Amino acid sequence: MVVGMTLSTFLQQLINGLSLGSLYALIAIGYTMVYGILKLINFAHGDIFMMAAYFAYFGISVFFLPWYVTFIITILLTMLLGAGIERMAYRPLREAPKTSLLISAIGVSFLLENLATYLFSGKPQAFPEFPVMTTPIFVGGLSIQPVSIVIPIVAFFLMTVLLFIINKTKVGMAMRAVSVDYDTAKLMGIKIDNVISSTFAIGSGLAAVGALLWCMKYPSVLPLMGVVPGLKCFIAAVIGGIGNVKGAVLGGLILGFSEVLMVAFFPSLTGYRDAVAFIILIIILLFLPNGILGKKQVEKV
Amino acid sequence: MSLLRTENVIMQFGGVIAVNDLNIDIKKGELAALIGPNGAGKTTAFNVITGVYTPTSGKVLFSPTDSAGVASEIDISGKRPDKITGLGIARTFQNIRLFSDLSVLENVLIATHLNINYSFLSAMLRMPKARKGEREAKEKCEFLLERMGLIDLKNEKASSLPYGQQRHLEIARALATNPQLLLLDEPAAGMNPQETDELTDLIFKLKTDFDLTIFMIEHHMDLVMEISDHIYVLDFGCTIAKGNPNEIQNDPKVIEAYLGVDEDVED
Repeated sequence: MVVGMTLSTFLQQLINGLSLGSLYALIAIGYTMVYGILKLINFAHGDIFMMAAYFAYFGISVFFLPWYVTFIITILLTMLLGAGIERMAYRPLREAPKTSLLISAIGVSFLLENLATYLFSGKPQAFPEFPVMTTPIFVGGLSIQPVSIVIPIVAFFLMTVLLFIINKTKVGMAMRAVSVDYDTAKLMGIKIDNVISSTFAIGSGLAAVGALLWCMKYPSVLPLMGVVPGLKCFIAAVIGGIGNVKGAVLGGLILGFSEVLMVAFFPSLTGYRDAVAFIILIIILLFLPNGILGKKQVEKV
Repeated sequence: MSLLRTENVIMQFGGVIAVNDLNIDIKKGELAALIGPNGAGKTTAFNVITGVYTPTSGKVLFSPTDSAGVASEIDISGKRPDKITGLGIARTFQNIRLFSDLSVLENVLIATHLNINYSFLSAMLRMPKARKGEREAKEKCEFLLERMGLIDLKNEKASSLPYGQQRHLEIARALATNPQLLLLDEPAAGMNPQETDELTDLIFKLKTDFDLTIFMIEHHMDLVMEISDHIYVLDFGCTIAKGNPNEIQNDPKVIEAYLGVDEDVED
């Protein structure tokens, strides 16, 4: 076990951890952005991720579109889906208690899962292979799937773009303002509905990219594929401090690394792979109840 | 000419009538004040005017002057807050409500959103139109910060400013929406007499320089009596008196409800 681990295996595992962590980060951002603005945990986010995988599967395997066309269509459709869900399931509840919104989110999640099962059957579909991405290349004794390198690069590029949007554009500034004080933002003339739609569209777009990369690495598409990643990425967002984009990235990476490294160091514990996320969550929340980068909540009196 | 009128506005929350039959009439260019004991419904009245609440009954009529110089009366009761802000009503808050995580400059920039028009895409691609819009917005905001004495602090976080400067920043932010009517909710709250004096001067100057009509809630009677053209007095949601400072100071109902014990006002 540990004794048998050489430096090269360790490096290899690090790369795997980085690539899994970046995937988690991409999805976790969607949770954290929505939470920052609506104080809502969008339980449907994992299923939006699943729908993106199906859009791509249909594009390539059923309609035989070129991959690049499919990818663009997938991202656009998923953004539309995310914004559409907000429009239909959350916007009518804008003035309702937060619990109603949460129940609505759970409802949308079940709806998407069952709709997918009904429409696409519960049978896993094989996602088209991308040999360029999956054929291992050998670098200095390491055998690496190119996709493991591509994932972090794409993820970090998108995160940089996202941080630029949040910090430098007017829609980003509006997002930050709305997350600080929703009511005042309205009074300063910010069109709240547009800001919320953009938030959902951006979060879903990132989930779509996440789904595309995910399926290249794990080429199987099924209706419940979003459940576990969705849950883990939600945990990643909480670990990092929900509402904080950098926190979501950090949380995603922590989860990715711990999961991969645990399996690598303790192969006998492989069955507990998914439990890692929860154990880390519990430990971190015991010491940092607001997450690593989360802000201390001050109760207003 | 009236800039803002309310007609029999009633705002009821369950069994509580917070504002009962409010009839105000603010002329263009004047400085009106809304006073009354705590819990009289003053902030609720502001919330009705700015669209935070839809009045239970009654009308709020606003007559903004458009770019062609024509004023037309619009019923704004029940309109969305951002629409009302767009028509030309801006406000500050009793308990300061800045965007604490944003910088001083960003707090003001955000309020210019209504007035800059370019798409998200052109902003991302740094198109000339977007760059020009952003530059103009920034210049305007820097001018406002300069005016409010905050320009040296523009990159600080809003929450790091001292209390008095946060109040100034709120006014700058309100001005950035290009208002015709500015609502100030207790602008002098928590200020010492010297700061209050400075604020009095500032409000007066802003009113002239930005061609504003001002409606303010204030507890500092000296300030109210000194600068107001008209005063409305609320008590338990009802308007118990309206008139110029002199009339208000001599109104027996007001003295009874509010000023009675204050000897300063009698002389």
